[in-house]
Amino acid sequence: MKRYNRQIKLGNIGKGGQQKLLDAKVLVVGAGGLGAAILPYLTSAGIGKIGIIDGDVIEESNLQRQVIYSEDGVGKSKVQQAELRLSKLNSKVEVRTYNTFLKPSNALRLFEQYDIIVDATDSVEVRYLINDACIVSGKPFVYGSVFQFEGQVSVFNYKNGPTYRCLFGKENGRVPNCEESGVLGTTVGLIGMLQANEVMKMILGIGEALSGKLLIYNTLLNDQHIFKFKKNKAISVDEPSFNDTYHSEKNSEIKAEEALFQPGVWLDVRAVHEIPKLKLPNSINIPLPLLEENLHRLNKNEPIFIYCQAGKRSLQALKILQKQGFRNIKSVIGGAMALNKCIGNKRAGGKQLSADIIMHAIPDFCRSF
Amino acid sequence: MVKVKYFGMVAEAAGRPFEYVEVQTSQLSELIKELYIKYPLNGFALKIAVNQAVVDITENNTVYGEDEIALLPPFAGG
Repeated sequence: MKRYNRQIKLGNIGKGGQQKLLDAKVLVVGAGGLGAAILPYLTSAGIGKIGIIDGDVIEESNLQRQVIYSEDGVGKSKVQQAELRLSKLNSKVEVRTYNTFLKPSNALRLFEQYDIIVDATDSVEVRYLINDACIVSGKPFVYGSVFQFEGQVSVFNYKNGPTYRCLFGKENGRVPNCEESGVLGTTVGLIGMLQANEVMKMILGIGEALSGKLLIYNTLLNDQHIFKFKKNKAISVDEPSFNDTYHSEKNSEIKAEEALFQPGVWLDVRAVHEIPKLKLPNSINIPLPLLEENLHRLNKNEPIFIYCQAGKRSLQALKILQKQGFRNIKSVIGGAMALNKCIGNKRAGGKQLSADIIMHAIPDFCRSF
Repeated sequence: MVKVKYFGMVAEAAGRPFEYVEVQTSQLSELIKELYIKYPLNGFALKIAVNQAVVDITENNTVYGEDEIALLPPFAGG
């Protein structure tokens, strides 16, 4: 206990508090920039068991902010290198590593073994999975995320409090990650540290957790804001609905009239000569037979609406993309024919259509968030 | 004039962290609609906060001169 002497000295921690830390089990999802800030502090503080899940390897461009890795780790597994580093920091901590990505198939089983889940990912899609798996398994999670010089922190599903879906209700919209928008190591470090701090507070039962509150920190201005939000009682997630969302195919289809009011990329998988040609914003034409060799032209972080002439080939395309790890994708029911009919009813043409979408969709759009 | 604060990629799209906006209407949803037309915000997943509390935009929200509105997008970097 001597090594923890400085924190035990704190009036509201004491030996009892240290015992709580030693008994705690925390799972960190993602061993990138946020994880690199969170993990050493949790380890040094003496958290009993720390799980790390990440299927990535270290790249040279990670070293600028993922400060637990060194140059000789490039090309090696992140979780293995993290484990090496952490075991040197504190050999008493049980570090469990999972060299894979969080998936609907492993999330529930994994979460059951921990008390608190930390979201240190860079993907909105995985965030919804973490959120839903936390609700099903009854675990709180500490959210942190960065955009350039700003960061967000919150605590979800804590003591029956609001969840991520109560704040951001739907999985669509443009949300760039660090790779796309750039980030400074200190920004992601600060946000990770705020997350680690929330974890400690929750274990120790001291202070006020950021439950029902979204903290936004601006590192350029040293400005911080806290926004309160309420639990949306209409949202419920249980094991059957979890399985339905993540393991069913019927959710991979969308009606043309719904797709037109949502942001995303339009992927036309018809042959080049097929008509009608649709003037949709953000559209790309990759004929189905050429899809697999052209996947690099698509972004996994953006919602993709796939269409063909009538909605059959787009289902095949959907399966190809699903196999390659695309998750935020839908096949448009009725294909180009159905889309064309909708557009015809609301005037045609690229720019006109998006202005049209703005005017018609805003109330709907905001309602869904 | 209400103060409107922008965060993350919304601040980037608006080209500023905040501004004072002359409101032509007392309806929050109308004000937000105007901002969507003024800036390239179409496609952003947003929450709207009035005086540091997130509101449901579909409810009948009224804005007053002293109010502080915030446009909150989710972030994804990590």
